[in-house]
Amino acid sequence: MSHDQADGPTRLVTIHPLIVRLCHWGNAIAILLMIGSGWKIYNNAPLFGFTFPAGITLGGSPSPAWHRHGDIGYAGALLWHFAAMWLMFAASAGYLSYGLISGHFRKTLLPLSPKGVARDVADAITGRLDHRLGVRNQVQRLLYIAAIAGIVLMLLSGLAIWKPVQLQELTALFGGYDNAREIHFFGMCGLVLFLVVHLGLTALVPKVLPPMITGRGHVPLDVLEAEGGR
Amino acid sequence: MSLIKNHKRIVMADHPAVRDLERRHFLRQGLSLGALTLLTGCDVTDSDAVDGVLRGISRWNDRVQAWLFHPNKLAPTFAESEIDHNFRFNAFYPESKAPVIDGASWRLRLDGKIADKRPWTLAQLNAMQQESQITRHVCVEGWSKIGKWGGVPLGRFLRQVGADTSAKYVGFTCADGYSSSMDMATALHPQTLMALTFADQTLPRKFGYPMKIRVPTKLGFKNPKFIVEISVRDDNPGGYWEDRGYNWFSGI
Repeated sequence: MSHDQADGPTRLVTIHPLIVRLCHWGNAIAILLMIGSGWKIYNNAPLFGFTFPAGITLGGSPSPAWHRHGDIGYAGALLWHFAAMWLMFAASAGYLSYGLISGHFRKTLLPLSPKGVARDVADAITGRLDHRLGVRNQVQRLLYIAAIAGIVLMLLSGLAIWKPVQLQELTALFGGYDNAREIHFFGMCGLVLFLVVHLGLTALVPKVLPPMITGRGHVPLDVLEAEGGR
Repeated sequence: MSLIKNHKRIVMADHPAVRDLERRHFLRQGLSLGALTLLTGCDVTDSDAVDGVLRGISRWNDRVQAWLFHPNKLAPTFAESEIDHNFRFNAFYPESKAPVIDGASWRLRLDGKIADKRPWTLAQLNAMQQESQITRHVCVEGWSKIGKWGGVPLGRFLRQVGADTSAKYVGFTCADGYSSSMDMATALHPQTLMALTFADQTLPRKFGYPMKIRVPTKLGFKNPKFIVEISVRDDNPGGYWEDRGYNWFSGI
């Protein structure tokens, strides 16, 4: 418990409520399924001059299917994509409504300012950033807001290319079918980037992982006081 | 002649053993996603149960899409200047294998819950009032092309032959071994056409001469070509790709 000693007196408190943990892991699974199957779907009609290695994609099997009856063989990827869609939708809807209604977002994602972000970036570079449990620095806040916005963008642009007739107003908002498709692609790139940073930071400060599973962690008393005083 | 050869090839591909093999390998071989296996701690690839669950969700998605479908909401239409002139040939076989059909001897057969089942000739269809549309063809693969089709609205035709429009499904049989089907609501949609022309010309062989179904509210593979039979029924006739795991409703 060296961390606890370094942090001073702590108390075991709930850091992530059950609903947040359920939504977090639901979304984590959904995003992996969506990205894996999405890469497979992309490979069948690449937007750009490259395809994703088949080994990291999900669903379908082009070459055996082709030899059998010319099936391009990615029905499986589509099945995964439009099944995981519901998990992503449920987890995101649950998280967003909880975050907005309970004040969870206000409490954990605000305040946020360019100055605060710049200060925390400088602190991180110079190794002075506060990594204690319960503390969310402004770089983290910005990252999570971007991730939430990214997921919402993916859901909306996905709907726009799934239903360009029934939801044609939404598709028009994205600048038409072709644009919506590109936005869906670049949104995916953004989420992949987020995942890399998110997993990288978790690897650097692994003590943040257990509370996302059990919900509880030892938070320094002065951090708790600062929160109560806000 | 090529039609017969095609049939032979398709019959072989559709041999029950081959289809069963395909079904079982459908997910397993493609599922090399290590992350998923690590995540769940078990080998999800080795399971027909997963396949079953996914197909169950796909049937649920059929219902959601039927609910989302507005019977009178029109697909966006485009200007002549927006038409893609390099339209693609699409089928489960190469273009050279597309059937060659003699329009004069071609007959459209009618089956199922239709009062007047007398076959139709191409001349009879051409004599009906024609409509045209410039709409976007969206392929299940993701690409899309804007084209112009003309012909007879399917709903008008179905009413004329006394089809039971309270039936659930309309099925299409094609001369090339392909087949597809759709819900009655989509069949009656004002933009669902029995297309006889493409780009103001007689429908070319590669796009389904003499008649294809153009349905701009569904994905491209729900637009069958070389139609030889239309049936109205209450049991879902499925279709070529639909039976191979592609979502049946496939509305857009």
